[in-house]
Amino acid sequence: MKLYEYMGKELFDGYRVPLPGGRVVQEAHEAARAAEELGGVVLKAQVLTGKRGKAGAISFADNPSQAEEEASRLLQMEVGGEKVERLLVEEKLPLERELYLAITVEAEARQPVVLASLYGGMDIEEVPEEHIVKYPVEVLTGYSPYIAREIGDRLGLEGKVVRSFAAVLESLYRLFREKDAELVEINPLALSGEEFLALDSKVVIDDDALYRQKEIPRVEEKTSLEKKAQEMGLAYVDLGGDVAVMANGAGITMATLDLVQHFGGTPANFLDFGGGAGEEKTSGALELLLGTDPRVILINIFGGITRCDVVARAFVSVKEKQGISIPFFFRLVGTNEAEGRRVLHDAGVEVFQSMEEAVQRAVEASKNNAGGGF
Amino acid sequence: MAIYVNENTRVIVQGITGNQGAFHTGQMLEYGTRVVAGVTPGKKGREIEGVPVYNTVFSAVREHPAEASILFTPAPYAKDAALEALEAGIKTLVLVPEHIPLIDAMEIMAFARYRGAVVIGPNTFGVVSSGKCKAGIMPNRFFVPGPVGVVSRSGTLCYEIVAQLMEKGMGTSTVVGMGGDRVVGLNFIEVLKEFEEDPQTGAVVLVGEIGGSAEEEAAAFIKENVTKPVVAYIAGKSAPSGKRMGHAGAIIERGRGSFASKEEALRECGAQVADLPPRIPGLVEQALGQS
Repeated sequence: MKLYEYMGKELFDGYRVPLPGGRVVQEAHEAARAAEELGGVVLKAQVLTGKRGKAGAISFADNPSQAEEEASRLLQMEVGGEKVERLLVEEKLPLERELYLAITVEAEARQPVVLASLYGGMDIEEVPEEHIVKYPVEVLTGYSPYIAREIGDRLGLEGKVVRSFAAVLESLYRLFREKDAELVEINPLALSGEEFLALDSKVVIDDDALYRQKEIPRVEEKTSLEKKAQEMGLAYVDLGGDVAVMANGAGITMATLDLVQHFGGTPANFLDFGGGAGEEKTSGALELLLGTDPRVILINIFGGITRCDVVARAFVSVKEKQGISIPFFFRLVGTNEAEGRRVLHDAGVEVFQSMEEAVQRAVEASKNNAGGGF
Repeated sequence: MAIYVNENTRVIVQGITGNQGAFHTGQMLEYGTRVVAGVTPGKKGREIEGVPVYNTVFSAVREHPAEASILFTPAPYAKDAALEALEAGIKTLVLVPEHIPLIDAMEIMAFARYRGAVVIGPNTFGVVSSGKCKAGIMPNRFFVPGPVGVVSRSGTLCYEIVAQLMEKGMGTSTVVGMGGDRVVGLNFIEVLKEFEEDPQTGAVVLVGEIGGSAEEEAAAFIKENVTKPVVAYIAGKSAPSGKRMGHAGAIIERGRGSFASKEEALRECGAQVADLPPRIPGLVEQALGQS
């Protein structure tokens, strides 16, 4: 779960990561008041999309009336489809240097890793690798001050600055660990005198740990359909094509989409209803798919812990309840296959044995049915 | 021969009294696995499918020595149960649950390394040495003995591929599910190393997917260290560029993780890359014929 900049900074504040003075505002006149208190300010739209600067969603003001004007402009913006509802108004400070500092998880090393660079402020993906210090942290022992001394040394930091840097890194690691973050990023981490200031924040919390992070506010990013799917325990992603796909398992769902594309079709979605789903969840998944108004439905089931008969019964019950007027292609093999085929056969549904054949037929039908409806 | 588990492996089941634990204990016994004991705190004295249940792993292995454990404990308690198993001396630990927090997974892996143990998963279907021992949840009937070693990041897709191999008369030596989570205990390289040394394995099927850099690293390893033929399939060719872990994630991957990058790396190291799952058996057959 991604947090807004101001939420990340509220967490930073709790860990005493130094921040510029700032106010969160929802109305333009509040921005004017903030500028009265803070002086020259920077106004930043609070959206989850990156690259706000390039989108023109960050602005500056020297006085309250200018701040009000800029705020009212920003509050009417949409950035990457996201409506701006809040601004963060912060004091504008004289800066000497902008660094980059982040902690994330390096999956291959199975360890947290600190990333630091003197080339902060810009798009970090464009910084050459040799200018980035990458330091894995042993997760069982965690942070220790030598880690900051070593990273500081590799960056070429000297004098009292090293101590300020260590304080920031220690706070950031504690936050990372205690709040179950998968990413904490400060870009830029500005040097002002001998002190560092976090000018931006990017914090992503591990979704699987949210159950024990009750005090962190929830941020909703999914579309309503994706959200509904999530509540039902399904993984759904809209892909905008013609062939609606439903399968049991992420890998086989992806492989099914690959086959659709291979035969010249376009997948409408990714819908993984998981392994071992019961009748209710299966019919829920199917109803969700029908609700998207697809041209063709392709169901690919390889039953391991998923039982073919359960899937077949769910399908037949949905078909009887609401009728299915579009073409569908059903591939069904695995656990309790014979019973599943019998149930579908009794309901007049054709069943495919081969994944390839089912996909090919579904793609052909999606082209013939391009006008919509039979 | 086989890798990770074999006919002598004794297995305990953690979370044996839950629905999944109980069901799969029955399935594993049916497959021939030596399930010697189960653990669920507070349920000592019960029996599941004839297997005695204990309150702790220590007390279970005191009465019934075991090398491996398969864990069905719900995600919020999985770290605790995993550390218990590792401290009690379990050397092969299969973590079935999904949604284990990342930091918990990292701590489990670090402790396992310290204890010299192998962790398979989390979010895995487990491991099976066909005809010998199944510590996992895969459907029994597709896993018949043979010369093909399989290592996979995804579950159902792996069953699909194993079933297609079986249909063409090719059985499996050992099938390893690495697990679908970002942080997992085994990577392709470690499993490839074992397959390379396993006399029963004549060819290896590697089932990867988009994201991360495990396949690229596997390719670099294959080039230098693997003499047995490798057939690979990467799921997700058609997926739009995936969700990114902010800028920090992008730095680690540096353009790696896409289908094209993985496919190219694998082809370049000499692996056969199947563009679709149904093409895998043909390529394996060819590879076995030549080796």
